[in-house]
Amino acid sequence: MSTTFGGRAASVRFDRVTKAFGDFVAVDSVSFEVDAGSLATLLGPSGCGKTTTLRMIAGLELSTAGRIWIGEHDVTGLPATRRDVSMVFQSYALFPHMTVMENVAYGFTVSGTPKAEARERAEQGLALVGLKGFGARLPSELSGGQQQRVAVARALVLEPEVLLFDEPLSNLDAKLRRRVREEIRDIQRSLGLTVVYVTHDQEEALAVSDKVIVMRNAAIAQEGTPRELYEQPADRFVADFIGDANLVEAEIRSVDGDLARVSIGGVEVRVPGRGLPVGRVLAAIRPEAVLLEGQGGGGLAGTVRKAAYLGKHLEYTVDSPVGELFVIDRRIDDPRPAGAGVAIRFGDRIALVPDAD
Amino acid sequence: MTGLNRTVLGWLALASAGFLLLPWYAIEDGFWRFGWLLDGWPLDPDYAPAIMLLLQGEKPWLWPVAGFLLLPLVALGRPRTAPLAQGVLLAAGGLGVAYILGQGFAIGIPGWTFASLEAAFGPLGDRQFGMGYGALLTATGLFFLFTLGCAARGAVNGDGFVVGSIGLIVMVVALFIFFPVARILVSALQTNEGALSLTVFLDKLLVGKIWGLDCVYSHRACGVAWNSFALAVAVGAGTTLLGLAFALVVTRTGFPAKRLFRGLTVLPIITPPFVIGLALILLFGQSGAVTSLLEWAFGIPASRWLYGFTGVWLAQMLAFTPIAFLVLIGVVEGVSPSVEEAAQTLRADAWTTLRTVSLPLMRPGLANAFLLGFIESMADFGNPMVLGGNFSVLSTEIFFAIVGAQYDQGRAAVLALVLLFFTLLAFWAQRRWLGRRSYTSVTGKGDAGVPVALPRRFSGLLFAVTVPWALMTAVIYSTILFGGFVNLWGLDHTLTLRHYVDAFGVTVGDHGLVWSGGAWNSFFTTIAISTISAPLTAAIGLLTAYLLVRQRFLGKQAFEFGTMLSFAIPGTVIGVSYVLAFNVPPLELTGTGIILVISFIFRNMPVGVRAGVAAMSQLDSSLDEASLTLGANSWQTIRRVVLPLLRPAILAALVYSFVRAMTAISAVIFLVSAEYDMATAYILGRVENNDYGLSIAYSSVLILVMFAAISVFQLMVGERRLGRRSGPQAGKLDLGGQPA
Ligand SMILES: Nc1ncnc2c1ncn2[C@@H]1O[C@H](COP(=O)(O)OP(=O)(O)OP(=O)(O)O)[C@@H](O)[C@H]1O
Ligand SMILES: [Mg+2]
Repeated sequence: MSTTFGGRAASVRFDRVTKAFGDFVAVDSVSFEVDAGSLATLLGPSGCGKTTTLRMIAGLELSTAGRIWIGEHDVTGLPATRRDVSMVFQSYALFPHMTVMENVAYGFTVSGTPKAEARERAEQGLALVGLKGFGARLPSELSGGQQQRVAVARALVLEPEVLLFDEPLSNLDAKLRRRVREEIRDIQRSLGLTVVYVTHDQEEALAVSDKVIVMRNAAIAQEGTPRELYEQPADRFVADFIGDANLVEAEIRSVDGDLARVSIGGVEVRVPGRGLPVGRVLAAIRPEAVLLEGQGGGGLAGTVRKAAYLGKHLEYTVDSPVGELFVIDRRIDDPRPAGAGVAIRFGDRIALVPDAD
Repeated sequence: MTGLNRTVLGWLALASAGFLLLPWYAIEDGFWRFGWLLDGWPLDPDYAPAIMLLLQGEKPWLWPVAGFLLLPLVALGRPRTAPLAQGVLLAAGGLGVAYILGQGFAIGIPGWTFASLEAAFGPLGDRQFGMGYGALLTATGLFFLFTLGCAARGAVNGDGFVVGSIGLIVMVVALFIFFPVARILVSALQTNEGALSLTVFLDKLLVGKIWGLDCVYSHRACGVAWNSFALAVAVGAGTTLLGLAFALVVTRTGFPAKRLFRGLTVLPIITPPFVIGLALILLFGQSGAVTSLLEWAFGIPASRWLYGFTGVWLAQMLAFTPIAFLVLIGVVEGVSPSVEEAAQTLRADAWTTLRTVSLPLMRPGLANAFLLGFIESMADFGNPMVLGGNFSVLSTEIFFAIVGAQYDQGRAAVLALVLLFFTLLAFWAQRRWLGRRSYTSVTGKGDAGVPVALPRRFSGLLFAVTVPWALMTAVIYSTILFGGFVNLWGLDHTLTLRHYVDAFGVTVGDHGLVWSGGAWNSFFTTIAISTISAPLTAAIGLLTAYLLVRQRFLGKQAFEFGTMLSFAIPGTVIGVSYVLAFNVPPLELTGTGIILVISFIFRNMPVGVRAGVAAMSQLDSSLDEASLTLGANSWQTIRRVVLPLLRPAILAALVYSFVRAMTAISAVIFLVSAEYDMATAYILGRVENNDYGLSIAYSSVLILVMFAAISVFQLMVGERRLGRRSGPQAGKLDLGGQPA
């Protein structure tokens, strides 16, 4: 028997879905779609409704209003048991009284699959996450990363239409986080799974996603590919949340085809205009896009307030006429001490953001 | 979608079996007797199923039930989302159950039960008795069709099992707690002719025998309400203080015999409370050992000082202090040492720390201990019975009103209401006093602090109180254990096995063994009833706990309050209310073993709920959710994930409900019958006949049996703990709640 995991991946669609707990609206009329076989992340600050959204996909919460579709089926009223969705919990939720094998085979056991088949498929699942031979252990006898992979295997072997992760990496140290997230992405790609992944770590989201859905206050602030979010943030909130952009006020002087001539505190740059009209605008300036020169060069005059050496680059906080700027400078051989005067120029990694207020 | 059909069909089959096959009315011989199968069933009207009765032209008011059974067939084959299927299930189930209950209450032994119905429909000319298996099964089946309908409509995420469980518990609590208590109210308002009348009620309520204050200014006795109240306050306060003293000695001093003190906590669980009173008589009664000694040595004449308030108070103090200790030791241990250390670094000395930080943090424990002592004292029936003399309290008065020559249900009901009023008042006061403030100082963080030592003089005082008290307890229990071996206590101290032979003699007769001892009957009944009720109590308690901890549903707060409330209803009140409610159709249960089982289930349910809630709150709910997302339904989740992880709590609930059923008296005394006599009721009867030898012998056997049960249980749980590997989740499990 050759099992191909994930052959049944299905899309997920939310149509104006609302979830209220009593008077409190945790998710407010949210619509989005996740394509079959792709990985989407839900990203946003704490309490914005990510977990609630995920739990509604799983059927652990039923929506108050709106419709939820998985593949062709309207699953709005279906409880978790009857949805073909698996979830990997932040706490892993491995059953402590069962062995690793029993944990991974649990989904088969409760559905009445013959023992031998359940065992075989559970073993394939364990092999897939690199835990062959760990079946007889108890969860308490595994390391944190191994437990995490058992939880993934347990969800994976059922070949769910959709696989959900709720901050799966937040219990791991930085190095392991990076490795496991690569592993999850690899498995997702090679098996063509539909994955919805919750995190509040923007780097993680950008690193693994086909699509990122940024949430704020129970609603979607913006959705798109990582590049779209980074380069064309819809508003101040998204620009601020994705990357450590410096948000400064600027003015579009003129528009010339795709490019706009923008004045930032008097210094002019030419950046993609995004169809914005002439007038006031916000500029999201990435820390690498602020270039510091010795005093006397052109550009804005500023003063270094703080300087820190981080091995691969230098970080500065610079006071300037347009406000405080956070700067990353890769020329580590030429450090500037705190208090030094600098001339500030801008590179081209600047995104214009509509200035709503 | 086939799942719904299967369950609908299952419940429908059950309901129909009740209607078509089993005797609709209760069998006179008892629930567990099956002689009727060979004795004229299915045609004999005494044993006939409903359908046979109807075909014979009897009980025509049962015809609509057949309609309610046919209706759900419409739902078969339709998806669960179809409004028609949902509506049919709701209607057939809900109206069906309502109709069965309604006709049961409306038509009784004299025909129409209510005069208004008779006026409306004319005399009935027919009658019916209590419901039996048939009615029970049909109503159960229809009821679960109703809950299925609710689930199909999307109640509680459409989870049929959970909706069914909620429905089940609401139903049984309503039937076996709220209905009987409401029935008391009705009885209290009823005249002897059955009409409702407020003036009669007030006449019965506002009498000197209940509320009189004569004792304040004369030598006559006060009303029983004040007697009970004063006693309960004195016992509540006394046990709380003494329990606190013990708890402080055990946790905060270097006292060597700590473990012995801890051992004391088991005693009240395995001792019927009135046994203490009995031992007091043997020691301090008119011909008691200590009395004789004093008379011989100092010429102090024997007196009756023990019989009255003092004696009852002393007996209850001895009986209930360990309960307070049990509650308080957990609380005292729970006060985080680092909080106390913080107080000390803020320049508070040991005494100030105790007064301003530690004691206030123990407030919930103190309130709880007081409430328990108060309720136990109010409900205690045995000690006032044995030691009260002329000092009468509500519980004994209720008993005499029901059982005695006066047989006055209305009076019993009024007295029970007064009793209930006091305990509910205490319950309410406790909740108010605690308010919403948080007193938890135990956190998941490791606490490396060392508890602050007690001020020297204070701990001296504690020793001076606790050590003599512990000695006294020891003397009492030795009396209980050895009193059964002397011929006639106080007069003839020759050693004998006579009492044991009288109680537990076994002779070899012509047909094998003959259980000739007088106690065997009640002993076997007690074991059987306790064994049956323990798993049921544990099951319903844990199911309630599961719903409270794990599910969100409409009206959950009311649900929680309802289950909590039963904890404040004294056993005496449960006893009377059962007599009043289940003496007549439709639920005729008095004189059966079932009523004993039911009373134990609902008396002890709070223990199971607390144990379950405590244990379940420590299980991360993502475990359940993981199981659900892996395709298990909630029943599979409970069976494979929740129950295995709760094993210690289940064992605890089982053993404690078993043991409590064996020691209970206050509700039991109203419900025993010649056929179903319980050990405690039997012993109390012997005590009234001054047959102290046999009583004490029987009591010690009971105590030893239960001690054995508890020990085996401790062993099992202990082993399990050792055998468990420590893991993040597994390590958190604990034995769960202690009994109330
Ligand atoms: N059962 C509940 N009852 C009431 N409010 C709830 C419940 N569950 C969540 N909320 C509220 O809904 C909001 C969204 O919660 P949610 O768990 O989805 O946040 P989140 O985005 O996952 O946050 P985090 O990153 O901190 O996990 C929060 O304000 C939370 O307080
Ligand atoms: Mg969350």
